[in-house]
Amino acid sequence: MTNLVPGTELPPLTVEPISRTTLALFAGASGDHNPIHIDLDNARSAGMEDVFAHGMLSMAYLGRLLTNWVPQNRIRDWQVRFTSITPVHGRPTASGRVTAVENGLATVELLVALEDGTPTLTGVATVAVD
Amino acid sequence: MPIDPALAAAYHFEPLEVTVERGRLAFFAKAIGQTDPVYFDLAAAEAAGHPDLPVPPTFYFSLELERPNGVAWLDALGIDLRRVLHGEQSFTYYAPAYAGDTLRLTTKVTDVASKKGGAMELVTKKTEVTHDGEPIADLSTLLVVRNPEVTA
Repeated sequence: MTNLVPGTELPPLTVEPISRTTLALFAGASGDHNPIHIDLDNARSAGMEDVFAHGMLSMAYLGRLLTNWVPQNRIRDWQVRFTSITPVHGRPTASGRVTAVENGLATVELLVALEDGTPTLTGVATVAVD
Repeated sequence: MPIDPALAAAYHFEPLEVTVERGRLAFFAKAIGQTDPVYFDLAAAEAAGHPDLPVPPTFYFSLELERPNGVAWLDALGIDLRRVLHGEQSFTYYAPAYAGDTLRLTTKVTDVASKKGGAMELVTKKTEVTHDGEPIADLSTLLVVRNPEVTA
């Protein structure tokens, strides 16, 4: 952390392709029981071709990216925008890049993207440098 | 039917008191593929100086869903869950929380905005999380409600 400067890239986090099992487990563990993520009939009734991943699953991967990088108590705040749906079998990669360091706080741009480069989530975090 | 902003602003969320469960945090860690044992192994957490498993950064959103019916407020406002997309989410942290802590969540709808002539409505909900009266975290959730039958 001592050499933390703008342009520093966080070690990216790639996870296994998202399976229906992943979505079932995340529904139970996260408490988000919205059937659109786990029940094909419900997804189709909403006009979707298939179920799709919870946005908060991708945000949790970003949380892992951050806590792999710094102790959790250094994360001061963060916000994300969910920009597109993550389909079943999609394989997200979470990444981050320091864009500014000022008054002991680093600004980190965050991204989750699929293998074809489609961004699914963009955001920014403020992290205490030490 | 459009969301009534006055009804949304007046909607009363009962404050929620919820005790963070260690087993649930371990299950959450498994579900997100967590490899850092601090988040699922009590001995590893204690070795890292924590009194118990830490609540991970996004889990406060899950605590919010621990109400007996987490989507009752959507029903009350006439919002069909199938039309809802999660648009934005933010967290601000003040102090750590751990398994075993009993946290209090206070929630309200803070904004309803209509876009594209009503084809899209944006609902903002904010939650404050406290422990023994001390702030732990703030959450802000922006939901996008799609009304495809409305044409601008």
